[in-house]
Amino acid sequence: MMGVHKKLVPANDAVSVKAFEMPLAVKENLPVNGEYRKLVLDAPADLLARCRAGQFFHLLCPQAGGETPYLRRPMSIYGFYPETGELHFLYKVTGAGTRALATLGTGDLLNVLGPLGEPFTIADDWQNLVLVARGVGLATLAPLALEANRLGRHLTAICSARHPDYLMSTDYFADLGADVITLTDAEGTSEPQNLERVIEELVAAGKAHAFYTCGSNRMLRLLQEIGARHGIPGQIALEQQMACGIGMCHCCVRPFNRGDKQVHLRVCREGPVFDMMEAIAW
Amino acid sequence: MVDLSVDIAGLKLKNPIMPASGTFSEELAEVFDLDRLGAHVTKTITRGWRDGNPTPRVCEVNGSMLNSIGIPSKGVGAFLEKVVPFYRHYETPLVVSISGNTADEFATLCSEVSVDGVAAIEVNISCPNIEEDGKAFAIRPSSTYDVMCKLRAATKLPLWAKLTPNTGETPEVARAAEEGGADALVVANTILSMAIDIHSRRPKLGNLMGGLSGPSIKPIALRMAYQCARATRIPVIGCGGISTVEDVIEFLIAGASAVQVGTATFIHPTAMVSIIEGLESWLAAEGLSSVRDLIGTVIDGEQNEAVVFMEAAP
Repeated sequence: MMGVHKKLVPANDAVSVKAFEMPLAVKENLPVNGEYRKLVLDAPADLLARCRAGQFFHLLCPQAGGETPYLRRPMSIYGFYPETGELHFLYKVTGAGTRALATLGTGDLLNVLGPLGEPFTIADDWQNLVLVARGVGLATLAPLALEANRLGRHLTAICSARHPDYLMSTDYFADLGADVITLTDAEGTSEPQNLERVIEELVAAGKAHAFYTCGSNRMLRLLQEIGARHGIPGQIALEQQMACGIGMCHCCVRPFNRGDKQVHLRVCREGPVFDMMEAIAW
Repeated sequence: MVDLSVDIAGLKLKNPIMPASGTFSEELAEVFDLDRLGAHVTKTITRGWRDGNPTPRVCEVNGSMLNSIGIPSKGVGAFLEKVVPFYRHYETPLVVSISGNTADEFATLCSEVSVDGVAAIEVNISCPNIEEDGKAFAIRPSSTYDVMCKLRAATKLPLWAKLTPNTGETPEVARAAEEGGADALVVANTILSMAIDIHSRRPKLGNLMGGLSGPSIKPIALRMAYQCARATRIPVIGCGGISTVEDVIEFLIAGASAVQVGTATFIHPTAMVSIIEGLESWLAAEGLSSVRDLIGTVIDGEQNEAVVFMEAAP
């Protein structure tokens, strides 16, 4: 938030600019399975240096393939690699915006605005982290594994999906040294009772100092229960329809419990990462 | 050197480009230097706390958007304490947008925001009065005149009346605002609209209906800006779907003295800066020394009043 009211210097002075609006060249835009695609953009070092796990970019999807998306589409960062100059997104083709994104080929330009929003935080005494996600939610939580790895924290990634074929990012997590637990509908292992048993085992083994999740009501409720039972904190990344992406329009609010009050916070600005215990299931 | 400055009822602006209320806030300072703009226009506030409307508050329609945000407001106290001081650090004049449920409440707020650091007050007389009858002051000339008289008595600052396209009496409302004491007209706000999800059969907005904004409303706003410029002697500030420098030039030719850029900023946060630069180059290329030479230069022949002020498509 704008805590200090000081005169900000012009946008061409990188010191004041927190978000960039710029066209980036597509390096690669390929399917990773039957449902998801990975978009790799060529990004400058100063942009990548600002990225944090949990933040998002507001993408100006092209008017292409017969699609005419108008507003930007918020998309969480899947990976950012200053060493190779790459910014990654993982997306599911579901509407006009993502269908248009899927038409982008190598060398095409995509206008991006970001990085935006508040990132995940990992407190100093959270040595053992547990990430619980399902489907495309794994994309949002993936960079947390990067950050945990950079900070030398231990991570257990519980990845849920309809079918083993749609389990994404398990190699991504394993390569970063995470313990990976997979649960699928097809194998009958993803139901809440089993998930609760798996998490309780981690808690009992001292492997759960904090929870990270996103996207699923069911998982939020379960993690809030387990968190309350054992006094374990957590964070959740949330979504909402957005217009401006930088906090001006107040379109993307969600309700949260804070003290004995309910407050509306902007997903683009106070989020997209929020305190898990304050979040309200929807 | 091209002169981009304009005069809005005694308030000198270094260029005619400013944000539309609700599409601008302190956060945009993180994207560019806000002193590039002709004026700063805040999101509408109300006297007391307002939570705003249920979500979804926004949806996309072809080439434009619908919103129903519902003026969430932290109230006048927080506004005077936090927002006004932020803008005091800029040279650009601050225009404060306000709204009220009743004419008296509106006038009280008008007086409360007449403080050092505020250069003009934009009175949003075009938001629906949900607590009353769902109508807006600016739908009818009589309610426009009554509220403007009370607002006029409440402040010495310039008053800009923001009109609604949801009226069949555009020139009459414009004249009523002028007679009631408006120093300028902002033409216009969003257009009441609706969208339904055909799969769930539910309205796409949490509040049932909302305001259409973006390029699709530009011809409507342009028609109204032209009519208001012809109907009154006070400056008109064009607003509605303006996204490019060509759009700005079109509004100036129609008779607007300045313009507000709104939804375009959501697509390109730096849109206003690009437009200012583009306007300067365009004027230079046309051999014009001042942007004021464009204002009201539409060649519309000798039309009779019934044509100029028509309220239905011929």
